[in-house]
Amino acid sequence: MIKIDGLTVRFGGVVSLDSMTVEFPTGTCGLIGPNGAGKTTFFNVMSGFVTPARGTVMADGTDLLTLPGFKRARWGLRRTFQTEQAIENLSVFENVATVYEHTDNGSAAALKSAVDDAIDFVGLGDVAHAKVGVLGAKERRFVEVARAVVGSPKVVMLDEPAAGLPEEETEHLGQIVRGIPDKVGATVILVDHDMSLVQGVCDWTAVLDFGRLLASGPTGEVLRDPKVMQAYLGVEDLV
Amino acid sequence: MTTVVSTPHGPGAVLAKVASPVGRLVSHKWFQPVAVVVVLLVALFVLPAAFGSYWVANFTQTALTATLAASAGLLYGRVGLVSLGQVAPYGIGTWVTIRLAFATSLPFPFLLLIAGVIAAVLGVLIGLPALRVSGLYLALVSLMLVAAVEILLNELKFANGGGGFRGVSTTNDPQPMRVPSFAQTSYSYYRFCVIGAFVLFMLAAFVLSRKPGRAWASIRQSEAAAISAGIDVTRYKIYALALASFMAGVAGGLFAGSVPKSMDVGSFSRQAAIFLIAAVIMGGIRSLWGGLLAGVFATVLLKFLTQNVVGHGFWTRFSLSLFGFGLMMNLVQSSKAADKKGVAA
Repeated sequence: MIKIDGLTVRFGGVVSLDSMTVEFPTGTCGLIGPNGAGKTTFFNVMSGFVTPARGTVMADGTDLLTLPGFKRARWGLRRTFQTEQAIENLSVFENVATVYEHTDNGSAAALKSAVDDAIDFVGLGDVAHAKVGVLGAKERRFVEVARAVVGSPKVVMLDEPAAGLPEEETEHLGQIVRGIPDKVGATVILVDHDMSLVQGVCDWTAVLDFGRLLASGPTGEVLRDPKVMQAYLGVEDLV
Repeated sequence: MTTVVSTPHGPGAVLAKVASPVGRLVSHKWFQPVAVVVVLLVALFVLPAAFGSYWVANFTQTALTATLAASAGLLYGRVGLVSLGQVAPYGIGTWVTIRLAFATSLPFPFLLLIAGVIAAVLGVLIGLPALRVSGLYLALVSLMLVAAVEILLNELKFANGGGGFRGVSTTNDPQPMRVPSFAQTSYSYYRFCVIGAFVLFMLAAFVLSRKPGRAWASIRQSEAAAISAGIDVTRYKIYALALASFMAGVAGGLFAGSVPKSMDVGSFSRQAAIFLIAAVIMGGIRSLWGGLLAGVFATVLLKFLTQNVVGHGFWTRFSLSLFGFGLMMNLVQSSKAADKKGVAA
């Protein structure tokens, strides 16, 4: 469980996160909201790239905000980015190994088995020793997911992993993401604009709008909430 | 639960981009080791047998410039640190080696090792504050560092058998620096430099293939992604600075032995720094082979053109313009590539 309390981020006069208070339960959680709602800002606070004005993030009894960015990754916080970040001139195996060797620090044999396991989990076993630069867009996405689940992550944050993927690949990605909590025991926080993906993958969802928490709870209920529909579709203007 | 992706086109289609005959040859696992052995054998045996002492002296400079270029290419191409400052640890290595050659009777390889370590320590100490800036600012700061070392070396002068900290004597006849007993001729000293350069290249290749190499590749791609992968970015940048400064320092020490008398500070000037980085970029920064190419460009090719095609200064000036042009084209291309990827260069 990840407990966010009063998280506030200001960029000059703009309030990107406004006293965000929410508890993400164990399992797969969605984080949705219109563009500019503060979803990526929230991920950036979690990663340590943005320092919040106020607030705490407690996860498994650790106040994450007190750790420097790379130590949060070593604690078990993993993420993917909206832009592709798999390392082009390394192989798939080396890409995944790079994360493992800095976060889990196991023996060479443990590294190999953990990395192979993560690569098999996303189904890239056939191309494990190909350079990421020669892979297609879909495979590169899956490499990033493998990087996020290798070893023993505690929280996996996925920032629009399905952006730009065709429908059947999105479905496939959804199955993989859904399997993460069972596979590694981590809590998944998924940000995506594809509502059918969020609905299919996440048992629980939180909605942000203009930096404020609009609703949270079981995904089905949240998506039927009139406030949420209003935020997405706008209010009908009656003149 | 293990899910297996069914790729519609299969892994073969994914890898189709490397299927050209040249690509297949170059990416073959034995290509690199065989190429390394061939280049080493040619450098050690064929070149000294085929050329006179004038050219062999030039090949010595090629080996040293290649090492220096590889160290600069490592920072720029592998870690993404745009440093123009590698001439500084090169100069420090030269000064330390000359000074210790007069002050001690340690075997020459030890002097090189000490020069490399001192250059690495100073490189890290001076580079540490510079790491707070990046990109163009780092380029400027590192160039200023070269200027500082240039002024310092101008003041200190190179030891020539005198006493004191500087070891400079103004009254006596300047003494030549001792060179190793096993490398008294220009031919044997050349071979010694080739072996030294080879060891440093292998050291770099070894480190690049290990954990630091992968961490550097990650930092180069994106510092944010590197941090998110648990990489201590500052620490790995320091490792890179230490390794690159060590390589430059040892190369500087070897350079000292190739000019035993009246070492000139011009080799460590700002102009030399800019010339070096131009050669490095034209040689290629993604692979250590680029360092070797840069060394050939900056020494042998230039000398050959100067002597055989059009003499006296024309090629030196023309090549500087050409290097400038090459550098500019490279920067334009890389910023275009960076735009395409949506990241800052």
